[in-house]
Amino acid sequence: MRQDTKMPTEAKEFAIGNASPAFGDLAHPGAAVSIRGLRHFYGSLETIEGFDMECPPHRVLGLVGPSGCGKTTLLETICGLQEPAAGNVEVGGALDPRGRLARCAFMPQRDMLLPWLSALDNSALALRNRGTGRKKARKEAGQLFERFGLAGFERALPAELSGGMRQRVAFLRTLVSGKPVLALDEPFASLDAITRSEMQAWLAGALATDPRTVLLVTHDVEEALYLSDEVAVLSARPLRVVDKMSAPTPRAPDRDAAVTDPSFVAVRERATTSLRGAAG
Amino acid sequence: MRRWLLPTLFLAGLIAVWQIAATTGVIADALNLEPYLVPSPSEVATSLWDSRSLLAENAWVTLQEMLFGLCIGLIVGVSFAVAMHLSSGVREATYPLLVISQTIPIVVIAPILVLWLGYGIWPKLVVVALICFFPVAVNTLDGLRSVDRETTKMMRTLDASRGQILWRVEAPGALPYFFSGARIAATIAPIGAVFGEWVGADSGLGHLILQDNAQLETARVFAATAVLSAIALSLFGLLALAERRIVTWR
Repeated sequence: MRQDTKMPTEAKEFAIGNASPAFGDLAHPGAAVSIRGLRHFYGSLETIEGFDMECPPHRVLGLVGPSGCGKTTLLETICGLQEPAAGNVEVGGALDPRGRLARCAFMPQRDMLLPWLSALDNSALALRNRGTGRKKARKEAGQLFERFGLAGFERALPAELSGGMRQRVAFLRTLVSGKPVLALDEPFASLDAITRSEMQAWLAGALATDPRTVLLVTHDVEEALYLSDEVAVLSARPLRVVDKMSAPTPRAPDRDAAVTDPSFVAVRERATTSLRGAAG
Repeated sequence: MRRWLLPTLFLAGLIAVWQIAATTGVIADALNLEPYLVPSPSEVATSLWDSRSLLAENAWVTLQEMLFGLCIGLIVGVSFAVAMHLSSGVREATYPLLVISQTIPIVVIAPILVLWLGYGIWPKLVVVALICFFPVAVNTLDGLRSVDRETTKMMRTLDASRGQILWRVEAPGALPYFFSGARIAATIAPIGAVFGEWVGADSGLGHLILQDNAQLETARVFAATAVLSAIALSLFGLLALAERRIVTWR
């Protein structure tokens, strides 16, 4: 995999969060996510028993929890990829799985880029699926490449891109879908520590210019607290919110300063303690 | 360069050993045969040259049988794979039948096909297609099913229909598997063609081999076999080339 030497400057560009309507053509009125009394079974084992959760429109909700606590199941249920055994899951007013699927874009842990499509065609998948012609879809997605620090890599195959760039293409693909809700399942877990913090700053910038309702699943407390407005610490079997906290400086332009600020460190310590307790 | 040099050198070495063994009569003595029954490579080459128009004529017939039979096999194989992939009912209903179709010896089917379809090209096409479709169907089905479920989920949230998932994700993902099956099919196609001709034909390399064998024209039997191998090798090479041009992302 190619090394991402140009990344830091690009990341800063985004972190500044210029006020230009970068994603004006993709802007969305926003949608709230609400879960009431969600239950889920894995075989006969009840993994989620009575789970409640709220996320207002255009807010970022961080979900941290121990591995295997059912975070992915939760995301897939919200997205309408799974049906709950019981309970109400509402996304932007839609309760049925089809309606939820139409409102959510799911970004899985691995980038899942299709190896036979160029970066441009990968990012335009949602448009193509909706019947937009190849030329028009490429043009529409291509407009965003520069802002994503991907200019010049439109025709590159995923195998020719670095890990950070692949992740940005995957995120671009999610954003181009124009869905009001983004479900991100550990989006940066596969990246090395340096690229990961760069990508966090970059995502913060991207969300500043194009706000969406974001559900961010991660097991990185710092990542959750930096990117989210609110963070919920989850426990495993049964899945439950054990602690909830507001982030001190959500998506602050200067990431390094933000995460070392005493108020941030204090909240991080609290979240880490809660998480340790949740893992049992 | 190395890819061509090594097999060519190895083949040349084998031919040289055979040439010495045949001309000195070592093989014939060992097997207690008349020397003319064990032709040397040079005799085979002479036969190849002397009978070139006869061989070309018959090779053309067999080539058509192999090529069209292989094409039918590929189309039928892919169709079965897609149908079995899209419907678990179809998969469960037909999978055992596909396997059974391969357990029936061709020597049993071929005469019946000749009875039904006559002496022309059709029974040969059916035999070739029958043995070629199986590796294609099984491999392509595996390929279609090899797609990561996460990718399918990602595509669904990007508003992809079932058909779009098949066309944009599963089909390209299955291509390398399809080509593996197709290459196997290309190498077994001559077997089908020759069996088809043995049962009833008035031309073709298999027919020629049968006749020459009966007339103890062993040199030409080897010559015809060499031509048959060359055809299969070309088909194999063409498929490998097509795969390299199409599957560029691997």
